[in-house]
Amino acid sequence: MKMRDVILFAIVAGLIIGTGFFQSWNSALLIVNMGLISAIMALGVNIQWGYAGLFNVGVMGFVALGGLAAVLVSTPPTGEAWAAGGLRVILGLILGAATMVGAILMWSRMKPGRARGFAMFGVLALGFFIFRYVFDAGVAAIEAVDPAATGYLGGLNLPIMISWPVGGLLAAGAAWIIGKTALGLRSDYLAIATLGIAEIIIITLKNEDWLARGVKNVVGLDRPFVVPKEIDLQNSPSFVESAAGFGMDATMASTLYVKGMYALLFTVVLLILLWLAQTAWNSPWGRMLRAIRDNEVAAEAMGKDVTRRHLQVFILGSAVCGMAGAMMTTLDGQLTPGTYQPLRYTFLIWVMVIVGGSGNNFGAVLGGFLIWFLWVQVEPMGLFLMNVITAGMADGSALKEHLLDSAAHMRLLTMGLVLLLVLRFSPRGLIPER
Amino acid sequence: MSEPFLIGDTMSGGYGSGPDILHDCTIAVNEGEIAVIVGPNGAGKSTAMKAVFGMLDVRQGAVRLNGEDITKLTPQARVAKGMAFVPQTSNIFTTMTVEENLEMGAFLRRDDIQKTIEQVFDLFPILREKRGQAAGELSGGQRQQVAVGRALMTQPKVLMLDEPTAGVSPIVMDELFDRIIEVARTGISILMVEQNARQALEIADKGYVLVQGRNRFTDTGQALLNDPEVRKSFLGG
Amino acid sequence: MDFLNAIVALANFVLIPGIAYGAQLALGALGVTLIYGILRFSNFAHGDTMAIGTMFVILITWWFQSLGISFGPLPTALLALPFGIVLTGLVLLSTDKVVYSFYRKTRVKPVVLVMVSLGVMFIMNGLTRFIIGPGDQRFADGERFIISARDFKAMTGLKEGLAIKSTQGITVITAIIVVAVLFWFLNKTRTGKSMRAFSDNEDLALLSGINPERVVMYTWLIVAALATIAGTLYGLDKSFKPFTYFQLLLPIFAAAIVGGLGNPLGAIAGGFLIAFSEVTVTYAWKKVANYALPESIAPDGLAQLLSTDYKLAVSFVILIIVLLFKPTGLFKGQSV
Repeated sequence: MKMRDVILFAIVAGLIIGTGFFQSWNSALLIVNMGLISAIMALGVNIQWGYAGLFNVGVMGFVALGGLAAVLVSTPPTGEAWAAGGLRVILGLILGAATMVGAILMWSRMKPGRARGFAMFGVLALGFFIFRYVFDAGVAAIEAVDPAATGYLGGLNLPIMISWPVGGLLAAGAAWIIGKTALGLRSDYLAIATLGIAEIIIITLKNEDWLARGVKNVVGLDRPFVVPKEIDLQNSPSFVESAAGFGMDATMASTLYVKGMYALLFTVVLLILLWLAQTAWNSPWGRMLRAIRDNEVAAEAMGKDVTRRHLQVFILGSAVCGMAGAMMTTLDGQLTPGTYQPLRYTFLIWVMVIVGGSGNNFGAVLGGFLIWFLWVQVEPMGLFLMNVITAGMADGSALKEHLLDSAAHMRLLTMGLVLLLVLRFSPRGLIPER
Repeated sequence: MSEPFLIGDTMSGGYGSGPDILHDCTIAVNEGEIAVIVGPNGAGKSTAMKAVFGMLDVRQGAVRLNGEDITKLTPQARVAKGMAFVPQTSNIFTTMTVEENLEMGAFLRRDDIQKTIEQVFDLFPILREKRGQAAGELSGGQRQQVAVGRALMTQPKVLMLDEPTAGVSPIVMDELFDRIIEVARTGISILMVEQNARQALEIADKGYVLVQGRNRFTDTGQALLNDPEVRKSFLGG
Repeated sequence: MDFLNAIVALANFVLIPGIAYGAQLALGALGVTLIYGILRFSNFAHGDTMAIGTMFVILITWWFQSLGISFGPLPTALLALPFGIVLTGLVLLSTDKVVYSFYRKTRVKPVVLVMVSLGVMFIMNGLTRFIIGPGDQRFADGERFIISARDFKAMTGLKEGLAIKSTQGITVITAIIVVAVLFWFLNKTRTGKSMRAFSDNEDLALLSGINPERVVMYTWLIVAALATIAGTLYGLDKSFKPFTYFQLLLPIFAAAIVGGLGNPLGAIAGGFLIAFSEVTVTYAWKKVANYALPESIAPDGLAQLLSTDYKLAVSFVILIIVLLFKPTGLFKGQSV
């Protein structure tokens, strides 16, 4: 890193510390934690965009899959639901998958022609009805089991930190399917396909209650074993005593302690991923990817399998995003499919990468922190601005109400503006590729 | 001798900020005459023509049309001045009909273009038959005719052709050359780059042999054909 | 009789909504395909262009309504439409001037333009929500039905009713007019032909003296008209909500790609293909099946292939199939 980069990181650190002094240390730590997760997501996007020039507009979907992993790994299984329809659902899913595999196999075995088309359609249609017949009854049975509290299969009751790599795997699987179809075509098609899969993943999470309770949300997820519960800390005399030693009351100290532990955990993950990403960047593999990115035709002429390399890097980047998604759900302690919006989970990450410096891992990390800080602070600033603008207006006037309500949409505008300005005037970002 | 109608006078230059490809290269054509640029591969033939048409930076020297300095004009502005250019590849609108191709050639004209279309059809009768067909569906030779026809639609004073016979059969090539002579007889100057040096020089009033971006030989077409050195080095004996 | 009832039910719930929705998608896909053909990038801001155009129309409609101006049995929005188109055109032209023209001059890779359009999308999205709010807006007025279900039943004596909403009729008629005008423009006028020439072969178009900036300007104006009309028709037929319009991006892109990006005729075919697939797959066939099939084999359940929540998945699956088997689209599109 150059001196300039160090200064940039110091400035961002200063902004967050400033938040601690002027607002609260709780807010500052919140920004740090989400900043760490954002940095990991930005790292994942940078692996795709910076290394290989792949435009993934479906980050939200991969993040949500990570969140799903957190639920599936950590929650206790719902015994009754399993008894009611668990096997049926699993069998249905297996039948569904078998139909797809069967259709694909048949497609590759049979000779091209009309017969093949009809045969494949027949297999798919028949498979679909069998799948629905087996699957639907199971779903209904599961969702009928105490819908207010469970109504879903539950998970494996394993430590939640296992879900972080599992989230990566789930995302990698989805990325494989998308990559297989859309890579090797025009770059726009990958963008459209990823945009689509992300929306569909969210719709699925919202509607398949048997899987993770849909919009009824799964709350109260476990914490990683190193992170205690606030209430336990407050009940521990030794903790209360040492908190008092710092001049803090126990409630405050316990929330700070918990957030601090999360911050430590996430920092470790970020550092490991950053080290891996840097190693990959400087390896022959990384150089080859950049060669492909800068001149696909020449690389292809030299015998490089461009589509295969793209598939690799697309899967890797998506896996990193999935991992970050699982970590985020762990931090939140709940999975709320209704809150996943493309602006927040796809577009914001892109702004982070572009502003930080595409093609530079440190840039992506810096962007992650900086843009998250702005994201958190823009809304109060927008509200403040609106308050100033509307200060002269009569209370209760329609325009004033409208403007105050609209402050929330300032984020869309600001982020769009930031992206356009950076793309136009500083397309290489704060810490450019070297 | 008075100055030729179109002259690229001692031009030096190259693409963008790249190195010079042309070195003091001079290309000129008189009114109603055919000038042909020949030379080995990579001699800068097409580059010289593109320089005359304003598609690369001419750093030294000048391009003059009818005595007027047009060195700084864009290609589009040169079209308005009466120059027309037929690129070597992608020289037709493949999804549009033959007639629409011709109309697009005349895009800058505001007067009645029907007469010019008829002239083109008289020159290339096959196009009259295929007027409603998409140009992309035509054979190679017919496509070249559409391309030349499109360029003629501006009623140019100079027609510039970049290897018009690339990839067409010898019979079609002879036919195309006949047509080009016909065009020249109507008073249009023709500047042409050709791979088939011998046939091209036979119809040329003036020939330029370029080697590595420099003029090597310049003479009438016949004189070049008869020059033993030119024959030995460039015409295969 | 039951057979007639089945047909009427099919027309009522599948054919008519499918045709109306297909026309709306086709108009949207035409805009996407024109931008792709001429400006050579996938415009992610198109859904939000539709939203912002519809917003203008709604605001003007409200203003007209407050002035007491109405269009008789037709929705006031149709009167407001021309004004909405002009405003949207101004927005798009200024966006082009401020944002896109720079990238045209520097000749960046198409993917950068896609990214830029994403930025534009969020600004437009933000503006729309800022001005009219994120909620649902209804602005249809005038006659609700051309034929209501009750009238139809009284007329024919059938058990099933056939309702044709006036917004559905307006959608189809407007779409036919718009498409006819658009194709006349592209195929018969000098400017339209120059746009096709530019889309076909940009360098040769330049050599022919076609002014690229003019072509681009006309493209944006036509896109503004298409997007505003498509958005308004969709809003009249269903309702206006900014997020829904963002989500329309997927079916619209699917329609444009299925038809072959850059091919206007393909965009129309794609629009209807996507719309009918979506409606057929998410329609509960119970009613039609009960009429058409003997009682013994009629289904017990809703006979719905997929719940309506998954309608986006339909366009997505079609998109994937096309990308896998025929990436240039069913009609020949511009590139792979």
